[in-house]
Amino acid sequence: MNVADRRGWLKGAAASLGALWLAACDRVSGSAQGQSVLARAEGLTRRAQRLVIDRKALAAEFSPALISANFRANGSINPSDADYVAHVAGGFADWKLVIDGLVERPLALTLEQLKAEPARTQITRHDCVEGWSDIAKWTGARLGPLLDKAGLKREARYIVFHCADSLGGPSLDGSGRYYESVDLIDAYHPQTLLAYAMNDQPLPVAHGAPLRLRVERQLGYKQAKYVMRLEAVADFAHLGGGKGGFWEDRGYEWYAGI
Amino acid sequence: MKTKLLVRRHSGVTRLTHWINVLALSLLLMSGLQIFNAHPALYWGAKSTFERPWLSIGAVERGGQPVGVTRLAGRTFETTGLLGWSGKPGAASPRAFPAWATVPSWRDLASGRRWHFFFAWLFVTNGLIYLAWSLIGGHIRRDLWPTRAQLRLRHVLHEIVTHAQLKFPKGEEARSYNVLQKLSYLAVALLLLPLMVATGLTMSPGFDAAAPWLLDLFGGRQSARSIHFVCASLIVLFVIVHLVMVVASGLWNNIRSMITGRYAIEVEGEGESA
Repeated sequence: MNVADRRGWLKGAAASLGALWLAACDRVSGSAQGQSVLARAEGLTRRAQRLVIDRKALAAEFSPALISANFRANGSINPSDADYVAHVAGGFADWKLVIDGLVERPLALTLEQLKAEPARTQITRHDCVEGWSDIAKWTGARLGPLLDKAGLKREARYIVFHCADSLGGPSLDGSGRYYESVDLIDAYHPQTLLAYAMNDQPLPVAHGAPLRLRVERQLGYKQAKYVMRLEAVADFAHLGGGKGGFWEDRGYEWYAGI
Repeated sequence: MKTKLLVRRHSGVTRLTHWINVLALSLLLMSGLQIFNAHPALYWGAKSTFERPWLSIGAVERGGQPVGVTRLAGRTFETTGLLGWSGKPGAASPRAFPAWATVPSWRDLASGRRWHFFFAWLFVTNGLIYLAWSLIGGHIRRDLWPTRAQLRLRHVLHEIVTHAQLKFPKGEEARSYNVLQKLSYLAVALLLLPLMVATGLTMSPGFDAAAPWLLDLFGGRQSARSIHFVCASLIVLFVIVHLVMVVASGLWNNIRSMITGRYAIEVEGEGESA
């Protein structure tokens, strides 16, 4: 073979191998079996991180100078769900946070009552799964003491956050409602808040008014906005698509610490 | 007269970890580009300064035509067909890296992340096995660490010139790695690849709580994301040069040596069998 022939042959072989490789990758991506094999790494990541990260280890906190001037609002930014629209119109005067499910004493708290609960203020980084980060100051009621007030039953393993917004628009059966869930390690983490203030102002609608979750050691989609109800559950298989959250039902990891 | 002599070139561990690395790094790169495509902009510091990325890829309209643009350090380059806007005629779409470079080929961040973390585990496990074996077994000291003579400026310059001319030693000299090989393999194995893991972990909000010093080391999460991208680009550059060298210095001899371990050199006279 002369040099030109050899070069042509090499190029041809490389191109065919490349095409074969791409087709194989897409086939794995498109198959339920392939996806379930790839998803096994999630359990490994969660266990490894739980092993090496102290349960109470704090997420980094920043100086006020680093607060983002224009914190990006993502996901729902102005929900059109009728109940929520009414709450906005009424200035959240009739709004109450419900805490129920596997608890001894179900609660219904007004915003004023929530603000009287043990609070924390922190300047933390918000990491979107897309890759960007913003920094803001959050003030809110610590979730741990609130759960103790309601008294978790022994079977409770997760806290589910039911939200007022339907990302992608309201549907008749409510199937598009946003929801999220965390385990009790994150629920009782000292930085886990139900935030009602952002940068010393009442939480704006674009960022989840009147109340959003802050669970600082996980990605942005875990930080549920427009939180209406907390439900303590033993497992979340019966909710939504069964994966524990709106984005989880759409293929994203339930453990979003990475 | 010259005869061919087959010498033992690569150990079993080197060969196995090399090919696992090829698989893992290819998929990490392609799934990494899928993840990058979800927010195709890079920043320095702790947070995103959305108006001032140092690198961004996107699509704009110019004269009614979609155009792919890449902005790097304030300069704008037209990159239609490759970056920003690509795809088959009639089915082109705005996407930072083209379909053929990402896993999966369609836009799917959730799947991209699955691929990425699955092969990250394989890559880390494989890398730890290689490093432990190479450090304890002496592979690094014996085969990869340059000798004092090799590090002399004259020798290094000589090697650069002969490499650029694609002239490679075939005889006794070819028994061991030359200084450019040694330095580039060491830089990749001990610097670039560990940096990929460290900057990757720095992007994990969970791991940051366990090792906040990583944020200080790399200058914040968005800096870590930038360094992750730069190191990945340097690894791609290394692989391109590596492949060119493999082809230029004897494709089949090199491939055989990385599969069977045996590498042919030319010696004067009859030569003994290896």
